[in-house]
Amino acid sequence: MPEGLATTHDRASHPALRHHFENMEQQREAGTLGMWVFLVTEVMFFGGMFLAYTLYRSQYPAAFVSASNHLDIKLGAINTGVLIVSSFTMAMAVYSTQIGKRRTTIVCLILTMILGATFLGIKAIEYHDKYNDHLIPGRLIPGRPFAPEVAQPGDHDPHKLHLIEGANVRNVELFYWIYFAMTGMHALHMIIGLGIMTVILIMAWRGKFSPEYHAPVEISGLYWHFVDIIWIFLFPLLYLLGRHLEGHIG
Amino acid sequence: MSEHIVQPRIYITIFLTLMVGTTLTVMAAFYDFPGPLNAVVALTIASIKATLVVLFFMHVRYSGRLIWLVIIAALLWLAIMFAITFSDYWTRAWLAPFTS
Repeated sequence: MPEGLATTHDRASHPALRHHFENMEQQREAGTLGMWVFLVTEVMFFGGMFLAYTLYRSQYPAAFVSASNHLDIKLGAINTGVLIVSSFTMAMAVYSTQIGKRRTTIVCLILTMILGATFLGIKAIEYHDKYNDHLIPGRLIPGRPFAPEVAQPGDHDPHKLHLIEGANVRNVELFYWIYFAMTGMHALHMIIGLGIMTVILIMAWRGKFSPEYHAPVEISGLYWHFVDIIWIFLFPLLYLLGRHLEGHIG
Repeated sequence: MSEHIVQPRIYITIFLTLMVGTTLTVMAAFYDFPGPLNAVVALTIASIKATLVVLFFMHVRYSGRLIWLVIIAALLWLAIMFAITFSDYWTRAWLAPFTS
C-alpha cells in the first residue's frame, strides 16, 4: 500500500472517507479494530463480575444453588432465545447493507430493536417478581430491605425461598447482589445498544449506507453480538447451575 | 484485504445451532451428572455458542490476524485475572495448620 507523499488517496472517492485514511477499506478495518479493542475492555469489565460470581459460588455453593433455583428459568430461557434471534436479525442487517438493500436493512434493524426491547420487558417482569418476593439485596429499595420468606420443609410456595441444606440466607443475599449487578449492567448495555440502533436506523433511513460505506452498521453489530455473548454466559451461570438439585428442596 | 460478505445461509445455520445449544443446555441442567459435570457441560455449551457468535456473526473467521491477536489477548488477560485470584483462595486452607 502506498505511503506518505506518494498517496493514491482520492479525496473525492467517497464523502464518508476521512482525510487521515488511505481508502475506504483501510478506514473500515481501522474502525473494526478500534471496536474490538473497546470490546476487550468490556471483557475485562464483565470479567471482574464473572470472577466475583465464580469465587462466591465456590465459597457458598448451597446458598447459590438455593438462590439460583428461585430465578424463573422459563423467562431466562425465553430471553436467551430472544437475544439469539436479535443477533441473527442484526447479522442480517449487516448483510443487507453489504449488498445495498436499504429497505431490508431498515426492517432488520427495527426487528433487532423490537427484540431488544422485548428482552428488557421480560427482564423488568423478573425484577418485579424479585421485588415482590423481597429479594432486592441490601436496602437498594428504601423501605423494602432484603427479607425473603424462607419456606419450611413441605411448603412448595414458589414465592418463598427454598433453602437447601447448608444454605445461609445472608449468602443468598450475596447471590442477589451479584445477580442484580451482572444483569443490571447487562441491561444497561442493552439500553445503550437500543440507543445506538436508533442512530443507525436514522442513518439507514436517510440512505447513508452503501456497499462501499457501512462500517457503522458493522461496528454496532459487533457491540450487539458482544452483549448477546455476555447473556449466553449469564443464563447458564445464574439460572441453570444447580437445577438438578431442585428435587432436594423443601 | 477486501471485505468478505458472509452469506445468509451461514447466518441461518449458526442461528439454528445456537437455538439447539440453548435447548440442550436447559435440558442438561435438569439431568444429574456425576460430580461437577453439570457446570462443565453448561460452560462447554456456552463457550461453543459464544465461539460461534464471535467467528460468524462477528466475522472473526474472515478477519485479519490483528483482530485474532486482540481477542486472544483479552482471553489471556482474563485467564490471568482468574488464575491469580484463585491461586490465593484455593491455597488459603493450606495455611490452616500454621495459623491455629
